[in-house]
Parts: sequence; structure tokens; C-alpha cells
Amino acid sequence: MSEGIELLEERANREYKYGFTTNIETDTVQKGLSDEIIRLISAKKNEPEWLLEFRLKAFHHWQTLEMPRWAHVKFPEIDFQDIIYYAAPKTKKAKPGSLDEVDPELLKTLDKLGISLKEQKRLSGVAVDVVMDSTSVATTFQSQLAEKGIIFSSISEAIQKHPDLVRKYLGSVVPMTDNFFAALNSAVFTDGSFCYIPKGVRCPMELSTYFRINQENSGQFERTLIVCEDGAYVSYLEGCTAPRRDDNQLHAAIVEMIAGDNAEIKYSTVQNWYPGDANGVGGVFNFVTKRGMCRGHHSKISWTQVETGSAITWKYPSVILKGDYSIGEFYSVALTTGFQQADTGTKMQHIGKNTRSRIVSKGISAGKSQNSYRGLVRAAKTADNARNYSQCDSLLLGDKCGAHTFPYIESKNNTAIIEHEATTSKIGEDQLFYCQQRGIDPEKAVALIVTGFAKEVMNNLPMEFAIEAQKLLAVSLEGSVG
Amino acid sequence: MLSIKNIHASIDGKQILKGLNLEVKAGEVHAIMGPNGGGKSTLASVLAGRPEFEVTDGTAEFEGKDLLEMSPEDRAKEGLFLAFQYPVEIPGVNTTNFIKTALNEKRKYQGLQPLDSASFLKLLREKAALLELDKSLLSRSLNEGFSGGEKKRNEIFQMAVLDPKLTILDETDSGLDIDALRIVAKGVNTLRNESHAIVAITHYQRLLNYLKPDFVHVLMNGRIVKSGGKELALELEEKGYDFIKEELKEGLLLN
Ligand SMILES: Nc1ncnc2c1ncn2[C@@H]1O[C@H](COP(=O)(O)OP(=O)(O)OP(=O)(O)O)[C@@H](O)[C@H]1O
Ligand SMILES: [Mg+2]
Repeated sequence: MSEGIELLEERANREYKYGFTTNIETDTVQKGLSDEIIRLISAKKNEPEWLLEFRLKAFHHWQTLEMPRWAHVKFPEIDFQDIIYYAAPKTKKAKPGSLDEVDPELLKTLDKLGISLKEQKRLSGVAVDVVMDSTSVATTFQSQLAEKGIIFSSISEAIQKHPDLVRKYLGSVVPMTDNFFAALNSAVFTDGSFCYIPKGVRCPMELSTYFRINQENSGQFERTLIVCEDGAYVSYLEGCTAPRRDDNQLHAAIVEMIAGDNAEIKYSTVQNWYPGDANGVGGVFNFVTKRGMCRGHHSKISWTQVETGSAITWKYPSVILKGDYSIGEFYSVALTTGFQQADTGTKMQHIGKNTRSRIVSKGISAGKSQNSYRGLVRAAKTADNARNYSQCDSLLLGDKCGAHTFPYIESKNNTAIIEHEATTSKIGEDQLFYCQQRGIDPEKAVALIVTGFAKEVMNNLPMEFAIEAQKLLAVSLEGSVG
Repeated sequence: MLSIKNIHASIDGKQILKGLNLEVKAGEVHAIMGPNGGGKSTLASVLAGRPEFEVTDGTAEFEGKDLLEMSPEDRAKEGLFLAFQYPVEIPGVNTTNFIKTALNEKRKYQGLQPLDSASFLKLLREKAALLELDKSLLSRSLNEGFSGGEKKRNEIFQMAVLDPKLTILDETDSGLDIDALRIVAKGVNTLRNESHAIVAITHYQRLLNYLKPDFVHVLMNGRIVKSGGKELALELEEKGYDFIKEELKEGLLLN
């Protein structure tokens, strides 16, 4: 075997720079899941009765379900009784009123992660909500947003302050019975973000949530709810990291989004959970349900994701195109290296007339990783003139990794047009040598090729995020070229 | 500038170069001819450092430095340029961006600042004009969907931008139409000066009509079996390689 291929296959010393842990006092409940634990969590969060009932109902439903196995991923049995379902950094108050009340250790952690809660960073124009383990630790710019009637807070806070709004929308897009992990999340979700943009308001800044798992053996089950009323617009960003640990951590989130008439939601995420070490030990299991509802006519929901982390990623950000003329988009870059496995894609459900959807998926596999695109495009009987265009490209580095494409099409309306294109290419020895002959080392060459490959998706990210994501791709690939 | 002594090289255990010697001085143009499969591209690959080839014996110095010790990218940054016989396509990588990266990597190696965008674009325009390169190629993915001739022209275009000390042309003339050949040869000639050297691998006299080589070598069966001035190329064109094979059999040429 030639040197170049060896270089590609080596995934030596890949550094996950977010792998540190923070020593802060944490309030946890005992491991395991039962009615009592759920009651305890609900009580700790001082929740209304309806929510406790919602949780218990979800839990009882979950108990009837089996762990699904259809994804193209392999993992050991998960012992759901061996997980801590609630872990919250202790603060003097339930939720710090000002930055001075936030644990300095926590601030340091956030600093290390490159997140500043100081509002002087106003120029960057991003409001941030930080969720550590099970609770939101701080939200910035709240008052400024409130002037426009925008609610941006942790979901726990929203449950206290705007229970009717939460109750109206919670579970309306992803019902608790939707799937195994959705039922689990509905039973035990602890925190997450809530965004509400009232009628006709364009949110003046990016809203962003940063998720961090810190506590050992804890699962992270966050719940995000984004509502854009008629004519409203918001761009929302999500980022995440976790410490390096030998055991697998479970992350099972739900994101629900609702867009009214002429409303637009742009959701971007850079997922960088700990992927496990070079031998495939540890790492986060990322089993997430994300779905948006284009409820109104001419509404638009756009998902952009850059997935570089997690031992296993299993998620399909989807759009239900209910309103006539509504638009759904899915732009994805999924990079797997080492022993990572990703089975990701989208579902576009065309219900309304003249609905359009566009899917651009770029999978990059290196090392011994497996990268699958799985997508469903469905046109209901009512979806006259629905249009879908899907483009799925795979790029392989080396010859021990795999790329797979599973496109499913279901059309019940013969005026619907669904197009699918797929390509697979390989960064070959010859290409690397060509670059080297021009003075470009293999690492740079791979970065150049990957950047070119992922460009169409990256261009969809908000500027600052795009630069971060670009760097992240390069860093994640570092090990895989030598 | 380039001094190759007794080079032996193999691929997958198969011996291809079997004791090859070549001296190239700055300012010289050498043509290498020879029958298919003789090892011409192998020589180019070995000099450029293609990892599949194993050098089992011999030495190669480039400007006094041990070429064989250097990584392929360092050889390039030291000023060795190979115009490939079969340039590869790299989808998704913009041609301009690629050349800019290459140039700035070389400048970094030389301790220079990256070229600012304006100067780079000026340089690019100038060289594109020299080679009458269709500028729309520059905004496309590198070599992707380029015609055979466009790929070859793009190689010489990159050479013009990167300004190497030693250029190896591996059958750059094959696949070029008559006009393109003239333009490419003109491009090569403009770069030719007392500090540059060119090694042109070719099967045909027509390129040599433009390049006017100082030396012509015949590479056959892994060795340079005959060397001469530009008249040797004319003789080969006329007689083919058989007369050399005959001479070889008679043991006249073994060095
Ligand atoms: N990867 C390889 N594996 C096995 N043999 C190879 C490989 N690459 C080259 N060879 C062999 O090495 C020999 C020399 O090839 P090379 O490409 O150097 O010839 P050439 O002189 O450039 O020929 P042409 O004029 O046809 O371009 C040929 O017999 C070829 O089949
Ligand atoms: Mg050849």
C-alpha cells in the first residue's frame, strides 16, 4: 500500500480540543428512569401539572416501545437505567439574574469554549443561551429582544413565564409518540431554548444556543421550540460540545419549529459532540428529532447542518410543507472520521400546493467511518405541483470508509416532480500527488478539496459561523491525513 | 542544476529504471524521446517524488540538494515543476484558488508574504494572455471537464505562474492542435532563460522545432541509450527506433 493512502487512513493524535471537564458543583438526581424520577425532575423545575402529565404519558408510551435498529449504524445496547436524567450546575439562585451570579468556573469554561456572555460583544449581534447538562445557565440580550416582543429564553423559564404559549406548541410538530427517542425526550427533557417571534417582526440578531454536556453519565435531553408568527423571521444557531470520556453519552434532543404565513426560519447547527477516541472508545450518541412545520402559506424553513462530532449521529431534520407555496430546505455537511458513524438526512413532506423543497447533502468519510444519507421525499395527494430537487454527494478519503445513499420517494400526486442526483468521488492518490507537485502538502490539499466539496452548504451559514465551521472541518480532518 | 546518477527505480517490485544518468545545467533544454513504456514518465515521476515508485539505487541532486530526500511538495517549492502527461481533475476546487494556494505556499517557503489579490490577479491575467488561455477555465473546477488540449495548456499556464527553475514536460505536445502547440511552445520559450532548464519528454519533432533543444536523449528499457544534439531527433523521426535497437544488440551503445 502506498504512503499516501496510509497517510489518509491514519487518524493519529486527533485532538478534540473541547474534551476537558469543569469542576463545578452539580445538582443531580439518581440514575435511572421511573415515575418517581420524572416527578422529581418536574418538581425541581416547579412545573405546572399539565407538563408533569405530558411527561408521564410520554414515559408510559416509551415503555411500550423498542429501541429502533433500522439505521445504518452499529452500537451496543444502551442501559437506560444507567443514565442520570437530571444534572444542573448549582447556582445561588435557580437562574442567575446577572453575570455576577454565575459560577466563575462556569464562565471560565465558556471562555475556553469561545463563548462570551458579556453583552459588550454586541457587535457580533448574537444573543446566546447556554445550556449546560440539564439547565440553561445564562441568556443574553433578553431585554433588548423583549422590546420587540421577541421571547428568547430557556424553555424552563418560558414554561414559568409563558406557559400558555409553550403548552400550545409543545409536541405539536413532534408528537410524544413520534418515535422511541422522541418519547424518551418528552418524558425527561430538562432544558433547551424557546424562541417566539411575534407577527411581522424580523428578529434583529441571530439567536443562538450553546449546548454542553459536562456531568459524567448524564444524558442530555434538550428541547427547543421556535415559533415564527405570520410574517416573522428568525435565524437561529446551535452549537455543542462535550468532554472526552470513555463511556458513551446519550444525547436525545427534540427541536420543533413552526412558521406562520410568510414567515421564515433559518436554523443552523454545527454539531461537534465528542466523537470518541482513535480506537472508537467513548463519544456521544446523538439521536435527535428535528422537525419544522411550514404551517402558513409562503412560509419557509431552512435547515443547515455541519456535523463533525459524535460517535454516532442519527438525525433527519425535516420539514412538513403544509402551507401552499411553502419552501423547505436542507443543507448538510456530515464529516465522519475514525470510527464515527452517521446516518443523517431529511424528510420533506409535501402537503400543500406548489410547495418546493431542496436537499443538498455532502457526506465526507475518512478513516474507518461510515457515512449514510437517508432521505424521504413524500408528495401527498393534495400536493399539486410540488417540486423537489435532491443532490447527494459523497467524498471518500482512503478506502476503509464507507458512503451510502438511501433516497426514498413516495408520490401520490402525478403533478409532483421529484428529482434526485447522487455522486460519489474519492480523494485519490493522484489528486493528492498533483497538489503536492504544485507545492501543496497533503493536509492542505485535503482541506482544499473538502472545502470545495462542501462550499454550497457552507455558503448557507451565517458569516461568522461559516468561518468557524470551515476551521472545524479542517481540524477534524487533521488526524486523517497524517 | 540536475544531476542524476545511476538511478534504479521500481514499482510493485517491477524494475523500470535501470541505471539512468542525466546531467542538466541551468539554461539548457533537453529532449527525452523513446519508445512507449521505456520509462520516460517513470523518470518524471521519480524526480517529482511520486510515492508509488521506489528508488532502489542511485542519486539525484537538484541545485546541490539531495532531491530524493525531499517531500514532493518541497521539491515543487524548490522549483521543480512537472507538467503531467495526464493532468488529474479535482472537482470542487476552483482553478484560480488552486493556483493561488500553490503560489502562496511557494512564497511562504521562500520566506515571502502571500501575494495580495490585486497583484495575483494581474499576474494571472498576464500569463493567461501569454498562453491565450480561455479565462472562463479559471473560474471552473480544476481540470474538470477540460478538453485534453485545455488540460495541457493549463499545465503550462501554471508553470508560467509558478515560475519554476526546472520544468519537466511530459508529452505536453500530445493532444494539442497545431495552433495550441505553437502557443504553448511560445509560452515555454518565453520562460526560457539562463537560470531555467527544461526537460521535454516527447514523441514528435514538431515540439522540438519550436523548443530547439540543446540535447536529445533516447530513453529505452530504463536507460538513456543514446544522446546527441537536435539532429538526433531528426534522425529518429526518419528512421524510428529500430536502428538504435540494432546498435544496442551489437553492444555499440552500452554505457
Ligand atoms: N503502476 C504501475 N504498475 C506496473 N507497471 C507500471 C506502472 N506504472 C508504469 N509501469 C510500467 O513501467 C513501464 C514504463 O512506463 P512509463 O509510463 O514510464 O513509460 P513511458 O516511457 O512514459 O511511455 P509512453 O511513451 O507510452 O508514455 C511500462 O512498462 C509501464 O507499464
Ligand atoms: Mg509517458
